[in-house]
Amino acid sequence: MKKAGIIMIVGALLLLGLFKFPLWNIMLGAPQYPEPLGMNIYIHGIEGVEEFDLQNIDGLNHYIGMKTIPKAEDMWEFSVFPIVIVFMVVLGTVIGLLGYFQKLNYKYFLGWFLLMSVLGILGIYDFNNWLIDYGSNLDPNAIIKVTNPDGSPMSYKPPLIGYQKLLNFDVDSWPHLGGYLMFIGMTLTLVAFWAGRKASLKPTTQ
Amino acid sequence: MKTIITPILAIVAVLSTLTSCNNSNNSGALSNNNAEKVYVAPGDHDSHYAFISGGFSGNLTVYGLPSGRLFKEIPVFSQFPTNGYGYSEETKPMFETSYGFVPWDDSHHPDISQTNGKLDGRWIFINGNNTPRIARISLTTFETEEIIEVPNSAGNHSSSFITENTEYVVAGTRFSVPVPQKDIPIKTYKGNFKGALSFISVDPEHGHMDIKFQILMPGFNYDLSHPGRGKSHGWFFFTTYNTEEANTLLEVNASQNDKDFIAAINWKKIEEYVKKGGGTMMPANYAHNVYDEHKHTATSTMKKEVRVVNPSEVPGAVYFIPTPKSPHGCDVDPSGEYIVGNGKLSANLTVHSFTKMLDAIENKKFAGEAYGIPILNFEDVLAGSVEQPGLGPLHTEFDGQGNAYTTFFISSEVVKWKLGTWEVIDRKPTYYSVGHLTIPGGNSAEPFGKYMFAMNKITKDRYLPTGPEMEHSAQLYDISGEKMELLLDFPTHGEPHYAAAIPAEIIKNNSRKIYRLDENQHEKKTLSGSDVKIVRDGKNVHIYMTMIRSHFAPDNIEGIKVGDKVFFHITNLEQDFDVPHGFAIIGANNAELLIAPGQTRTLTWEPKQVGVWPFYCTDFCSALHQEMQGYVRVSPTNSNIELSWSLGED
Ligand SMILES: [Cu+2]
Repeated sequence: MKKAGIIMIVGALLLLGLFKFPLWNIMLGAPQYPEPLGMNIYIHGIEGVEEFDLQNIDGLNHYIGMKTIPKAEDMWEFSVFPIVIVFMVVLGTVIGLLGYFQKLNYKYFLGWFLLMSVLGILGIYDFNNWLIDYGSNLDPNAIIKVTNPDGSPMSYKPPLIGYQKLLNFDVDSWPHLGGYLMFIGMTLTLVAFWAGRKASLKPTTQ
Repeated sequence: MKTIITPILAIVAVLSTLTSCNNSNNSGALSNNNAEKVYVAPGDHDSHYAFISGGFSGNLTVYGLPSGRLFKEIPVFSQFPTNGYGYSEETKPMFETSYGFVPWDDSHHPDISQTNGKLDGRWIFINGNNTPRIARISLTTFETEEIIEVPNSAGNHSSSFITENTEYVVAGTRFSVPVPQKDIPIKTYKGNFKGALSFISVDPEHGHMDIKFQILMPGFNYDLSHPGRGKSHGWFFFTTYNTEEANTLLEVNASQNDKDFIAAINWKKIEEYVKKGGGTMMPANYAHNVYDEHKHTATSTMKKEVRVVNPSEVPGAVYFIPTPKSPHGCDVDPSGEYIVGNGKLSANLTVHSFTKMLDAIENKKFAGEAYGIPILNFEDVLAGSVEQPGLGPLHTEFDGQGNAYTTFFISSEVVKWKLGTWEVIDRKPTYYSVGHLTIPGGNSAEPFGKYMFAMNKITKDRYLPTGPEMEHSAQLYDISGEKMELLLDFPTHGEPHYAAAIPAEIIKNNSRKIYRLDENQHEKKTLSGSDVKIVRDGKNVHIYMTMIRSHFAPDNIEGIKVGDKVFFHITNLEQDFDVPHGFAIIGANNAELLIAPGQTRTLTWEPKQVGVWPFYCTDFCSALHQEMQGYVRVSPTNSNIELSWSLGED
């Protein structure tokens, strides 16, 4: 159970990487952009991959009437997400410590994982909603209007994950370092659960 | 009809056979896959930059090697309506001289800055030949940053060559003149005219130039020059012609002496002398123009004195080496031992030895003196000569493998020969009367030696004809093997007088893409649309304007009157590579502007007619480029319409 507790703590602490590294990254490349434009999505705001990328993405997007990329203060998510992450890190560490000192059942590890998964799914759901809004809630006075073959207005929603062609742009949307650290951390808490389970099953089989 | 056509066809057939015989080199090039050697696929980069002087265009052009593609023309000594250089208020000071505003010149010899004898790619210098000037161009912005005028000089030809740590750029006068200038009979030339050789120091950090001293030499013509390096670092060598000191019909009168001189100058010795207060400050009047990259603005200062040194005051600093015959190029090999005097009327090519020169000086073996300057014995200094290599040698460069390459103007060829053995290894015809040649780094201690290109003086064009006036041309050779191989002809702009070339890696990663708005210190900048304003000051109206895709702010201006002088101070708010905007207004008597991202530029406009006059962006900047426009309403001089502006209001 000691080992499981340590793994649990490490797993929870890996979430702290989200304060340093981006959770997600979206790159926009095109033949006339030999150096693609990109945005890094942090839990506390959006930044350009290169210094002026956001300004230049906004400059392009205004033709089709997209809103400018939100500043941190424009979205409640960017003030709430850091609190949620700190809360989950503290909670995970406390659970891990209590597990380490045998004060608590390993099933709490799984509980933490499930809570984190629910929060994560809610986060992804929220992120996707934002992408839909960003890509389809266009200024009615937009300079250029593109329609789908069926006549409906075209959406410029970037893919939630993976690659997609948007007009002349190749758009790639993938987790970034902070996101990978979070996934590894969450996996570790699952490992902690299995390790804790194994440790607690041992005495009964002996 | 048929009977006539047939013989004509026959003649054409014969002619084309002959032509293809003459051009066997060309078909050879194809069969040797030389086309592949110069092919740079779309999106790929050339391996070298070549900076080719524009000669009478006054500018410098940037080419890629091996493709021969033109990348850019950098305006230096000539006004450039393409972007408003020399027309905008910020760049007009670059053309100030003691003769007033001189918006053109004849640019000759570019040279790239060096550290320890190697090209460092920080700056490139070039001389203005007509109104003696030296310019420094930044190789991060590819813009002219500084121009210094050279007093007491005329025909600034033996320039702009650089010592091995860029301590000095020299500016040697081709024409000797009275110093100081005065009203005297031209016939009194001999003994009265002087040749000024100027040593211009370069600040190691910012590159700023300052004339440290001028050596007032006898009244010969100083043609070309070259710094010593390695063992000869601290010396500078200048070829001379007209040691006869003739002042009329020079083609005959300056070609009488069997030998002219290479002036060998120990500049370190003169520098020491000057540091101790040697020489005299002489009244002078010359402009020093500096462009500030952050203020986006040039300022011009007139300097009022210059330090001159009489060579006879510094014994042991200056010597004359006799060199046949009217030598043109003066080229020092990468080791610094050999000084090649390209005697353009001589049958042989003369090479002097630096070691032998020092030896002769040590042993005081002098053949005589001229104006107090010791003359060495030709035989004592001679390292060897290349026997009958061709006719009319002009310039020599080196490949770093112990070989030298010399152009021959009269016989139109490049000859490769070996230093030390003086044997000719190879020769290749040039299809133009050749002048200079360039090997990347061939003017430094470490040539890169893969390519050599020869530049023409007289063009009998090999391209599609374009009338009596045409561009000039260069020819690129592969010199990686024992034999030279012609790879490519490519046209050049102006006269490609001389060039400097460098591997792209040394420069390309430092190349700037935008000017940062947060570093813009222009006095009249406008950093956002909300800072836009218009200020009237008597007849002067200052419009502080911004530009961004795809509008100007403001775009409607009223209250301007006939007789006003309107200053458009325009800032480009873009921070994206390759999004400059242009500004043009109807009736402008100067130029348009091209404003780089983050830059501020000012155009002056003096409206002469009542009306509503449009202005617009000249550089296609977005899908809405055509919409990037505005109007200025111009009212009669006595009107009382208030000055006002708007954007986005109906
Ligand atoms: Cu524009």
